[in-house]
Amino acid sequence: MADTHTRARTDGSGYWKANLRLIYICLAIWALVSFGFGILLRPLLSGIRIGGTDLGFWFAQQGSILVFLALIFFYAWRMNKLDRDFGVEEE
Amino acid sequence: MDQYTLNLLVVGASFALYIGIAIWARAGTTAEFYAAGRGVHPVMNGMATAADWMSAASFISLAGIVAFAGYPASAYLMGWTGGYVLLALLLAPYLRKFGKFTVPEFIGDRFYSSGARLVAVICLIIASTTYVIGQMTGAGVAFSRFLEVSNETGLYIGAAIVFMYAVLGGMKGITYTQVAQYVVLIVAYTIPAIFISLQLTGNPLPPLGLFSDYTPTGEPLLSRLNEVVQELGFTSYTGQDGSPLAVMNMVLFTLSLMIGTAGLPHVIIRFFTVPRVADARWSAGWALVFIALLYLTCPAVGAMARLNIVDTIYPNGVSAEPIAYDERPDWIRNWEVTGLINYEDKNGDGRIEYYNEANPAFAEAAAARGWEGNELTVNNDILVLANPEIAQLPGWVIALIAAGGLAAALSTAAGLLLAISSAVSHDLIKASINPNISEKGELLAARISMAVAIAVATWLGLNPPGFAAQTVALAFGIAAATIFPALMMGIFSTRINNSGAVAGMLTGLIFTVVYIFLHKGWFFIPGTNQFEDTLTGSLLGIQSTAIGAVGAILNFIVAFIVARSTSPTPEHIKELVESVRVPRGAGAATAH
Repeated sequence: MADTHTRARTDGSGYWKANLRLIYICLAIWALVSFGFGILLRPLLSGIRIGGTDLGFWFAQQGSILVFLALIFFYAWRMNKLDRDFGVEEE
Repeated sequence: MDQYTLNLLVVGASFALYIGIAIWARAGTTAEFYAAGRGVHPVMNGMATAADWMSAASFISLAGIVAFAGYPASAYLMGWTGGYVLLALLLAPYLRKFGKFTVPEFIGDRFYSSGARLVAVICLIIASTTYVIGQMTGAGVAFSRFLEVSNETGLYIGAAIVFMYAVLGGMKGITYTQVAQYVVLIVAYTIPAIFISLQLTGNPLPPLGLFSDYTPTGEPLLSRLNEVVQELGFTSYTGQDGSPLAVMNMVLFTLSLMIGTAGLPHVIIRFFTVPRVADARWSAGWALVFIALLYLTCPAVGAMARLNIVDTIYPNGVSAEPIAYDERPDWIRNWEVTGLINYEDKNGDGRIEYYNEANPAFAEAAAARGWEGNELTVNNDILVLANPEIAQLPGWVIALIAAGGLAAALSTAAGLLLAISSAVSHDLIKASINPNISEKGELLAARISMAVAIAVATWLGLNPPGFAAQTVALAFGIAAATIFPALMMGIFSTRINNSGAVAGMLTGLIFTVVYIFLHKGWFFIPGTNQFEDTLTGSLLGIQSTAIGAVGAILNFIVAFIVARSTSPTPEHIKELVESVRVPRGAGAATAH
């Protein structure tokens, strides 16, 4: 265990910074599609028609959920790769 | 075979399956009871999480809310799914790495404070208990409608089934039962939706059907729906109230549901059951895949059911005469018996006039047609249950809906009961009352707490407080304002210390509860509220359902200020945070 801690402290800060950067990017997209396209920016997107309504409605009822799914899998894939790159994956 | 026998057969078969699983998956250790021995495959765990998460409200009520509210109900769709992004990115992998059994245990260890742990236990018990009441009453309703037993008998049967697999198997039994329950509920939900989508749009995939053309007229389904509801004086289905106050409330409501979802303990503890940190990340994704199957179908079910209802009542178009009451279809007759559809012939013409009587702009048009008030009221909750009848599907589909509704209610109830009983046996009995309790003793204590929790939930289901429906806002508000911020700060900041965390949680808790009471009545007693729970009448211009997000922000602010002005976090706690942040060593942490 002690060995793990030293590893985490020494080369772990780069790992943690990379993780945080990934989280910021993912959460920015998360907020953009739901609060942005689905609610606040919906009037701006009203010109783009889709199936009898506008793009904002699609994002609010379907698009955001699909993007959420993509985000979680993207994050899991990137993080599991990051774990290996920094040598902190589980044995 | 008549419908009743079919219902009995299908529901009976599903119950036999759950009990079989319970006997197969008995728990022998506390690790199995609390965390299924941490041996659950991430896909299986995702499925179990989905069943755990999707309650009677998701299965039965949500499509009805979407159908009658239209666009504003998107807050539920985004909120109840967007929370999984927060779980996957901010909580699940780190809490799995921490490797303990309960949410209060993390809060207690990270903030080196039994006071923090106790506050977390209190928040957990309030949030989970209010939630479980709805599941028990939902199960009672489903039993009484489909199996023609009294509400009480239905509740006892439901409680007995949950008792069997939850007390015997703990998390292990619950997990594998939930996998089966997920399959039952998703099949029951999607089959009628597929048929209805085919009938209306020719597209077999409901989420695509929603944005397709309506077969009879060839115009897009949603434009058609907007036209007919507006001609009856209702607000546009896809329309948005663009006033700043309404937009702000929708944002805060969505955010409250998201962080509330991520902070609900019965969902979080599901991620303790997977073998590795990497699995916790994948598992959150799989959970959302299985949840999205229902949540992407739901808006289609809602919109199509709304259109079906209008078309049923106005077979020759909304500008022509509505149908005569004597010619109403069978599903209206069937559901009238339950009192969930009501008809009152206000103008005495023997026809069913269905329109928005609350719209002053439409009053003149209605008067010109000789209408003297809306004559048909349809309860939100029947939409999903009546869907197979509306679409004239065979009897086995109706029986499947019954089994699906019960699966949704029982799976969520079991998850909540486990969260409550593990908080009592592990966080109260083991941590405070009797720290020297043996493994066997703790397992027995866990089983007894579970049995007591089921008894209390059943009692509450039999004697539901009049405010059962409103308490959902309370459950989400508390989870959002207390548990989520404490967990997030515990992982992402080493600066937040014990005083900061406790002050933050108490601020979030008190602010949120008081704000809800000010608008819903003190302890939900009608008439004791000081403010109207509307956009313009509320204290801060924020409705009580949306206040959890504000409580969470206050929690963060107070925690930071207090932590800055008190003694810093000790070194060994900083070490703990560092170790939680990296996956390596998760196996060692498990062995605790």
